Amino acid sequence: MAGLEHLLAALTPINLAFALFGVVAGTVIGAIPGLTATMSVAVLVPLTFAMPTSSALILMGAIYTGAIYGGAYSAILLNTPGTPSAIATTFDGYPLAKKGDGDYAITIACLASVIGGLVGALALMTLAPPLSQVALAFGSVEYFWLAIFGLSLIAALSEGSLLKGVAGGALGLLLSCIGVAEVAGDVRLTFGLQTLLSGIQIVAALIGLYSIPVLIDLVAQPGHHLQVDSGSRGFRLGEAVRYLWGDKINTIRSAVIGTVVGILPGAGGSIASLVSYSEARRTAKPGQAYGKGEPGGIIASESANNATVGGGFIPTLVLGIPGTPPDAVILGALLVQGVRTGPSLFTNQGEIVYTFIWGLILATILMLPTGLFIGRYAYRTIITLPKALLVPAIAFMTIIGSYAIRNNISDVIIMIVLGGLGWIIGRFGFTASPIVLGLILGPIAESGFVQAWTIGTATDDRFGMFFGRPISIAIIVFTLFTLLSPLVLARLQKIKEQAHAD
Amino acid sequence: MKTTRRSLVLTGAALAFVAGIGLTAQPAPAQAEYPEKPISYIIPFGPGGESDITARLQQPFFKEKFGQDLVISYKPGGGGAVGWATLNTLKGDGYTMMGVNLPHIVLQPQQKDVGYKTDDITMLYWFHYTPDAIVVTDDSPFKTLQDLIKHAKENPGKVIFSGSGKGTAPHLAQVRFDKLAGVKTTYVPFKGTGASVAALMGKQVSAAMAFTTVAANYEKTRLLAVAMEKRHPRFPDVPTFKELGMDIVSGAYRGIAVPKSTPEPVRQKLTAMIKAVNEDPAFRKKMEEGGFAVVDYAHGKSADDFLSSFAKSVTASAKEAGLLK
Repeated sequence: MAGLEHLLAALTPINLAFALFGVVAGTVIGAIPGLTATMSVAVLVPLTFAMPTSSALILMGAIYTGAIYGGAYSAILLNTPGTPSAIATTFDGYPLAKKGDGDYAITIACLASVIGGLVGALALMTLAPPLSQVALAFGSVEYFWLAIFGLSLIAALSEGSLLKGVAGGALGLLLSCIGVAEVAGDVRLTFGLQTLLSGIQIVAALIGLYSIPVLIDLVAQPGHHLQVDSGSRGFRLGEAVRYLWGDKINTIRSAVIGTVVGILPGAGGSIASLVSYSEARRTAKPGQAYGKGEPGGIIASESANNATVGGGFIPTLVLGIPGTPPDAVILGALLVQGVRTGPSLFTNQGEIVYTFIWGLILATILMLPTGLFIGRYAYRTIITLPKALLVPAIAFMTIIGSYAIRNNISDVIIMIVLGGLGWIIGRFGFTASPIVLGLILGPIAESGFVQAWTIGTATDDRFGMFFGRPISIAIIVFTLFTLLSPLVLARLQKIKEQAHAD
Repeated sequence: MKTTRRSLVLTGAALAFVAGIGLTAQPAPAQAEYPEKPISYIIPFGPGGESDITARLQQPFFKEKFGQDLVISYKPGGGGAVGWATLNTLKGDGYTMMGVNLPHIVLQPQQKDVGYKTDDITMLYWFHYTPDAIVVTDDSPFKTLQDLIKHAKENPGKVIFSGSGKGTAPHLAQVRFDKLAGVKTTYVPFKGTGASVAALMGKQVSAAMAFTTVAANYEKTRLLAVAMEKRHPRFPDVPTFKELGMDIVSGAYRGIAVPKSTPEPVRQKLTAMIKAVNEDPAFRKKMEEGGFAVVDYAHGKSADDFLSSFAKSVTASAKEAGLLK
């Protein structure tokens, strides 16, 4: 452990107060769809100018980690990811809440988030300089293949019809092309509409595609939003701890995936949680029903997305390259303070860095009690509010949330249109997740492809560029394995059965 | 029932919190003691970029001099176009201003209908630019710009530059560099300067066509040449392109504009305030340390002349690059 004296520096009352305030504020903000971790950190920046650097970092780190956790509340209770990082939390969180176990799901999410956050922060403390090299080893072509791997998750996420999943993914990819192209800068598919110039913002699409169908169903169907068992059952902490202990491999694996993906500047919490979710699902034990309310799904997603917080700080502090969007804001605040990031930050200004990391660890631990309490209130609010209040309240938040992303009314229009579309195609068995996956991964795949193709052409080795680099090959093999293993296994099973029958 | 009421209170509190974040301060009519309330400063890009950072650097100086906050908010989209297209719909009372970037506002309207024209923007001040610069890693075999040019002449197309986007300051600088140095290099666009520097550090490319700020912010990088009239005070050892016989003075300029409806006296007052911040020696020092280059083209003839000459040269380069017809 690097320097216990830095732990003491982090333990000053003011730093503790910042950590506590940051976690609480972050959790509340993160729970509201549209108010993302990036925005919550950006709002704080002017306040941090007058603070000592390490305290400023603790405050921003705490609100960031809180916001990533808070995204789980609306994912579980409303089927709407509060932040993009919580997309995978909806897969099992909402079905679990539907069954009447919303409180249990929130406690699981809280525990998994704390463990994931701690793993990420410990990696930051102990292994930051070597791990930062991962960020540099990942070139354009690796991002392209990572996006392709991400798209292969559609196969796993398509309940029922693979064809519908692929169609949804393709729609998402098409939608991602709208607006000013990310690297080439040309304007595409706007049909002359100013509204489409800024493209389809992912958070607006998330709110529309996930939240609007829930709202319509709330109004259209009689009965309670979530099923509720009678009586208070407390936090169900013991039950949740036992479950996590039993699923400890999943918990730790997801935290490690989250840390590594967090280091990659082009990826982020949403991809981390999707990758670890798919891993959890691929390695499911018999009897685990992923997608139908399996607590393991929540663990995978939440453990991974909170691990990206510590992971993302690694390239941010070591290289000056932000690992995630909120890190870019924090980096900007540091520049204004006159702190230059880089390898020497750890050696020359170790006290700032290590005091901050201890502060981040404390904030993560504080998330356990505060998260449980706030989660309980959120749960009680959702189950006790009459529909006549719940529906307008959620509707209000979807509009405020989608406007707040970029202070742009276009995002509200896009949110509503996509929401209506989502509800209609939902009637025909299409789900939102493949569309969102296409929307998130499309730009990553596109820019990775364009860059790799250009570099490959310049060096006269396009084939080597795409298929000759070790990390790329590993990702390709992994993608094929994920896609083909269910088919091969099913085949083997069949042969075995036939052999038995003969 | 008690819990329900408490939950309601909590929800209310959460909503109030949201409202506080979502809405920026509503401007009120300008009066004698201008400014008598915070000024909304809209950045048409996301938080964390250089447009944000330089606005953040202005923030404390403005507050100190005029006693009011600059409240920074973001309206990203379309490479800034979404913000500029709405600029003239905002209230022109001196309490709303917006960051403006070059070459963006010159090139975007010529490329496509983006909802505004260059002339629609009422400029108050161009306050700095980040000069274009060729950046390599510490251990690069290119010790000088001549090394790079020699290698590029022997291996046409094989010197690869990373840069931020297409039709941007680095892209245009690369096109001009190719022409003036008589070489052919490859330009690979990345999303933002950070990603282009990551590609450089990851050895995906030979050099980055980026900015002086990169060398100020990233260890293990060095500059081969800067696109300035004179050497940058923070990098006295790095030659300018001009010294090396290439007339390249360019970069990404940043300024501040107001809605067209802002009355002329208010424009003048606000210009004077921005000027006061820009002329503060402590502010200039901070900017220079960050690798920026401070300029002073103020509202009126100075800003107009600068913009028209800049527009002429950048339009010519963009046509050469095939970005404009």
